[in-house]
Amino acid sequence: MTAYFFNDTVALTGRTLRHVTRSVDTIITTAITPVAMMLMFVYVFGGAIDTGSVSYVNYMLPGILLMTIASGISYTAYRLFTDVQSGIFERFQSMPIARSGVLWAHVVTSLVANLISLVLVMGVALLMGFRSGAGVSAWLAVAGILLLFTLALTWLAVIPGLSASSVEGAGAFAYPLIFLPFVSSAFVPTRTMPGPVRWFAEHQPVTSIVNTIRALFAQQPVGDDIWTALAWCVGLLVVAYVFAMAAYRRKIA
Amino acid sequence: MKAPSIAGPAIRVQGLKKSYGKREVLSGVDFDVAPGSIFALLGSNGAGKTTTVRILATLLKADAGTASVNGFDVATRPANVRESISLTGQFAAVDEILSGRENLALVARLRHLKDPGAIADDLLRRFSLSEAGARRVSTYSGGMRRRLDIAMSLIGDSPVVFLDEPTAGLDPEARIEVWNAVKELAGCGTTVLLTTQYLDEAEQLADRIAILHQGRIIVNGTLAELKQLFPPAKVEYVEKQPTLEEIFLAVIGGDDKSDATGTTTGGRR
Repeated sequence: MTAYFFNDTVALTGRTLRHVTRSVDTIITTAITPVAMMLMFVYVFGGAIDTGSVSYVNYMLPGILLMTIASGISYTAYRLFTDVQSGIFERFQSMPIARSGVLWAHVVTSLVANLISLVLVMGVALLMGFRSGAGVSAWLAVAGILLLFTLALTWLAVIPGLSASSVEGAGAFAYPLIFLPFVSSAFVPTRTMPGPVRWFAEHQPVTSIVNTIRALFAQQPVGDDIWTALAWCVGLLVVAYVFAMAAYRRKIA
Repeated sequence: MKAPSIAGPAIRVQGLKKSYGKREVLSGVDFDVAPGSIFALLGSNGAGKTTTVRILATLLKADAGTASVNGFDVATRPANVRESISLTGQFAAVDEILSGRENLALVARLRHLKDPGAIADDLLRRFSLSEAGARRVSTYSGGMRRRLDIAMSLIGDSPVVFLDEPTAGLDPEARIEVWNAVKELAGCGTTVLLTTQYLDEAEQLADRIAILHQGRIIVNGTLAELKQLFPPAKVEYVEKQPTLEEIFLAVIGGDDKSDATGTTTGGRR
């Protein structure tokens, strides 16, 4: 059946993508929280935060982008949960298809939906004065890191999507992720934080990812942050994938 | 792609056992289903009907015993089993966001058939869904959904079809529509395993009926055989009152379905 893996995954991805394009509200909802945060931080709090010579919108955009992804993947979990709940997941599993294609379709759809939301948020940031002189390779690096982060969080979202017992449960895991950027270098420099909070902020994944993207946008050397960021993303991806596959195997028996 | 039908029983279940934790749902189930027949698995809620179907559809592993579908063991040849079956009813479903036509075309594509669009249009016609074909399934009535569900199961001409409580939650009119669809299916030589908790449904449709009770098959036979097991029929003269179902169908006028009216006027087989 693996001979049909590509064909089946494409067919199933077409289906899940239609779920996204026919409920545009999910993309708007994904983008609206980060955009509101961006407006509030730039026009309300931003003036009081000292970020040196960097404009505040430039400073906080990387954190906002991560927040967009974190809120986007809760819909990935929701879509998968709905499939399991409605029984269509079982219908596909009882058909002569590449069974894992059902899961991959959701993963690819998650990447596409998040990409649309990211472009939307980026557009608003440009209107608000975000500017970057970054070259093509720096932009590609930013895109690559965001894609890797989305992929890691998508596989994380597969776990509640397959095993949650309620819609609320399927989406709730994303809330801590959405708020993780607050305790990082995303909105304020970590040096202003008290000891233990600062230690946490400097050692959690968001800070290294935010610092890397910020440096890439500002055409500054990324230093060791990029390796820490990549290690976090790949590590999270591997762990999430292993647990997601375990949940999947339990589901299909 | 299509698995050819084989000689011998289309479905063979022997000593099937399944427990969820300490609760034993199936405690040694045995039955055979002859090719091209309609077999009804009758039982109350929680009797283990769905568990049996899920094991046969390779969605669940049995704890003990063997089961084969179309000659393939469900445990060792699950891919061949999936090529031989279609699952619909309680645990199968339709995509609410897609249109009826898109649902059918998707299944045709997943079964790697040529011209999925034409297959979809043909089935929409056969199941009187042509007009609704372009609409999202979320706007369909319960009966239309179930008809679409069954239509999706016909794609690829699987030799064995599982219908898990196909008429649960349907109104009488929709129930008759589903019955007609099932009869049409069996008429084409498909083996149908039907689970139901409605006695009249088993009586209407099935060639053989097995009663699943507390994890075991306690009775298995044709309707005529089942009737012989029990006290002989007494001849009584009773004025024939129409049932509420017959009144309901007569009042709302089910004339648009010739078969349906046939049933309402008492033409049961």
